[in-house]
Amino acid sequence: MPVMNMVQALNNALDEKLGADPDVLIFGEDVGYFGGVFRVTDGLQAKHGLTRCFDTPIAEGGIIATAIGMGAYGLRPVVEIQFADYILPAFDQLVSEAARLRYRSNGEFWAPLTVRTPYGGGIFGGQTHSQSPEAIFTHVVGLKTVVPSNPYDAKGLLIAAIEDDDPVIMLEPKRIYNGPFDGHHDRPLKTWAGHPKAEVPTGLYRVPLGKAAVVREGRAVTVLAYGTMVHVALAGIDEAGVDAELLDLRSLVPLDIEAITASVRKTGRCVILHEASRFGGFGGELSALVQERCFDHLKAPIERVAGWDTPYPHAFEWDYFPGPARLVTALRRVMEY
Amino acid sequence: MNNQPRLTLHIPEPPARPGDHPDFGGMKLPKAGETMRPDVDAAEPTMRDMPFGLIRVLDDGHHAVGPWDPHLEADVLHQGLRAMMLTRAFDDRLFRAHRQGKTSFYMKSTGEEAIAVAQSLMLDARDMCFPTYRVLGWLMARHYPLLDLVNQIFSNAGDPLRGRQLPILYSARAYGFYSISGNLGSRFGHAVGWAMASAYKGDDRIALAYVGEGTTAEGGFHEALTFASVYRAPVILCVTNNQWAISSFSGIAGANETTFAAKALAYGIPGLRVDGNDFLAVWAATQWAAERARLNLGATLIELFTYRASGHSTADDPAKYRPADEALQWPLGDPIERLKEHLIARGEWDEERHAALQSALEDEVRAAVRAGEAIGTLGKSKPELGSMFEDVFKEPDWRVIEQRREMGV
Ligand SMILES: Cc1ncc(C[n+]2csc(CCOP(=O)(O)OP(=O)(O)O)c2C)c(N)n1
Repeated sequence: MPVMNMVQALNNALDEKLGADPDVLIFGEDVGYFGGVFRVTDGLQAKHGLTRCFDTPIAEGGIIATAIGMGAYGLRPVVEIQFADYILPAFDQLVSEAARLRYRSNGEFWAPLTVRTPYGGGIFGGQTHSQSPEAIFTHVVGLKTVVPSNPYDAKGLLIAAIEDDDPVIMLEPKRIYNGPFDGHHDRPLKTWAGHPKAEVPTGLYRVPLGKAAVVREGRAVTVLAYGTMVHVALAGIDEAGVDAELLDLRSLVPLDIEAITASVRKTGRCVILHEASRFGGFGGELSALVQERCFDHLKAPIERVAGWDTPYPHAFEWDYFPGPARLVTALRRVMEY
Repeated sequence: MNNQPRLTLHIPEPPARPGDHPDFGGMKLPKAGETMRPDVDAAEPTMRDMPFGLIRVLDDGHHAVGPWDPHLEADVLHQGLRAMMLTRAFDDRLFRAHRQGKTSFYMKSTGEEAIAVAQSLMLDARDMCFPTYRVLGWLMARHYPLLDLVNQIFSNAGDPLRGRQLPILYSARAYGFYSISGNLGSRFGHAVGWAMASAYKGDDRIALAYVGEGTTAEGGFHEALTFASVYRAPVILCVTNNQWAISSFSGIAGANETTFAAKALAYGIPGLRVDGNDFLAVWAATQWAAERARLNLGATLIELFTYRASGHSTADDPAKYRPADEALQWPLGDPIERLKEHLIARGEWDEERHAALQSALEDEVRAAVRAGEAIGTLGKSKPELGSMFEDVFKEPDWRVIEQRREMGV
C-alpha cells in the first residue's frame, strides 16, 4: 500500500475527487500553478486543467462567498484558506451565509462547500500563523468541523467532507503535515514513514464525519484530543505511565458523543487536551458534556490542558505549546485525586 | 438551447512562467516627463486620466525631467541613496541569517527600496505610516537602530517587542511606524481613522498607508477608500504593485482589466500611477498628495509600479512560478542603480564613493548582527518568560494571573 505523508494524502484525495466528479473544483490563494504554499494542490492544475484548480484574489470573504454561490448552483467547491488565521475576513460568509442557507430557505438552497485550512502552531509562525480557531466554528450551528491527525484519516475525512451536502471546515494540523510530532521539539524530526496510518489506499474511501477513533485502549483515564495533540497525548500518556484510553475525536461537529461517554463511563476520569487557548475553548464544551452525561461515573474533576490565554508568542512557542509535560501533570493529578 | 455561444469560465494567466522568456515588450510605458502634473488644488474630475499615465522623472540618461521634477538638493538624494543601500544590505544579511538557522523567517524588499525611503524622508516626523512587511526603508530612512531590528528578528532578550511578533513585523511609534500584523490589509482603514482623528482635532498631521497589489482584493482596501472619500480624510493610500503576490501575478488582483490607481476613480479621489523605482517620482507624487491632504482636500490613492526582485519570503522559491531572469528584464530598472546614476550625472557622486559607502554600510550591518548574536539568536536567548502574559489587557485578569503562577514565572 502506498505510504504518504499528510500533504500527499490530501493531494491524493483531491486528485481522485477531481477525477471522479466534474462538479468538484478547487480554488484559493496560490493553489493553482504553484500548488499551494504547503503543496497540497501540487500538480492538480496541470493534470485536471485551469478551471478545476485555480488561484483567487486575496480575499477570504470573496473566496467563501464565491464557493457558496457555486454550491448553490450545484457544484462542490473545495477551497483553501492559506492559514486558518486568515479565515476571519470570511467569518460573516461562513456564519451568516454558509451555515444558514439551508435553514433559512427551508431547504431550497444549500452550501455544500469544503473549506480546507492549515492551523495550529509549532512552526514558529508567530501570532498569525499558529492559531487554533476550532471553537469559534464549533459554536456556529450549521457548520461542521473536522480535524485529521494522520494521513489515512486526512484522505478519508476530506473525501467525506467533499461529498457532504453541508459546509465542512477541515482544519489541517500543519505541524504534522510531514511527520507526527509529539511535542518534544528538541528531538529529531520524524517523518510519516513506518507509521501505520501513513499507509493510504488508492481509490475513494471515507472516514465518516462524526466518528472518533480509539487510538489507545485503557482503563484508568480517558484522554480526549484531536490533530497534533493526539501525538502529544500518546507521548504524555507514555511518560506518565498511566493506563489511559486515548480518543482521537477527528470530527468536532458532528461529535461522537457515544464514544466519549462510553469511554469515560468505563474509566471514570477525563483529561482534555487542545492547543487552542483555554477559556471558551472546545475543551469547555467537552468538559460540560462529560459532566452532564457521566457525572455518576466520575472519580476526579475533569482536567483541561490547553494553550495559555494569551496570543501565540513567537519567542515563547514552546512555553505556550501544551506539550507532554503538562499532560503528565494533569494525568497525575486526576489519578491521585 | 438557442444558438448563442456557450459560456466559458475565464481564468487569467501570466504572460510567462518558468522556462518561458519574460517579455515586458507589450507594457505601455510613458516616457519620463510625459505625464502631466495637475495643480495640487485641482478638482478631482479634471485629473481622471492620471491613473493611466505613469509619473516618471528620471529619463534614460539619468537626468531629472518634466513637471514632476521635485528639484531636490543633493543632500536629500544622498540621504535617500544611503537609506536604500542600507535597506538592501540589511535584507541580504538577515536573509542569510535565516538560512543559517538564526531566525524563523525573513522577507526582503529588494527592488522596492525607493518607495518607503522616499516617502519616509518626504513626510514629517509627526505623520504616521501604516506599513506592510515590505517597507523596512521607512525605518532605515529615519535611523531606527539596526540592533533593535536584529534583536526582534532573533526574538532574543533585547527584542523591543519582547518576543511577541514574527521577525520583521515591527512596531515603532516614535518613528511614525504603526504596528504590523500578519493579516493583509487590515490596517488600511486604521490609517483613515488616524487621519480623520487628526482632522477632528484640528491638527496638521497626515497618514500614509501601504498595501500590496494582491491585497487590494481584500474588503478592507475598499472600505478604507470609501471612508477616506466620504470624510475627505488627510491620508495617502498607497498600493505597491510589485507584480507578484507570492505566486499569483497581478492579473489575479485585476491588473489585466485596469490599473490599481484607477480604483480611485470610483471613489472620486485622485489616483496617481508612479514609477516606484524612480526615487524622484515617488518623492514628487507623495509631496503632491501630502500638500493636498494638508490643504484639507482629502485623500489620494497612489499606485507605485515596481517589481518584487526577490522571492516573497524565506519560505518560497520564485523560480517555481516565474521565469528566473524576470527581475533582470524589468524595464524600469533598479531603484538604487538609477538614483546612483542620477547623482553621478549631476556630478555629485562617483563609483569610488559608492563602493566605499557600500562597504561601510555592510560593516554597519555586520556589527549590528554580531551584537545581536552576542545577545542570542532565536531560541538561544529569550525575553523574560513572564512577559508573555503581559499586555493581553492593560491590567492582567485572573486567567493570566493564574496561568502565569501555574507556569511558575
Ligand atoms: C488576510 C490574509 N490572507 C492571506 C495571507 C497570506 N499571504 C501573506 S503575504 C501574501 C501575498 C501578498 O501579496 P501583496 O499584497 O501583493 O504584497 P507583496 O507580498 O507582493 O508585497 C499572502 C497571500 C495573509 N497574510 N493575510
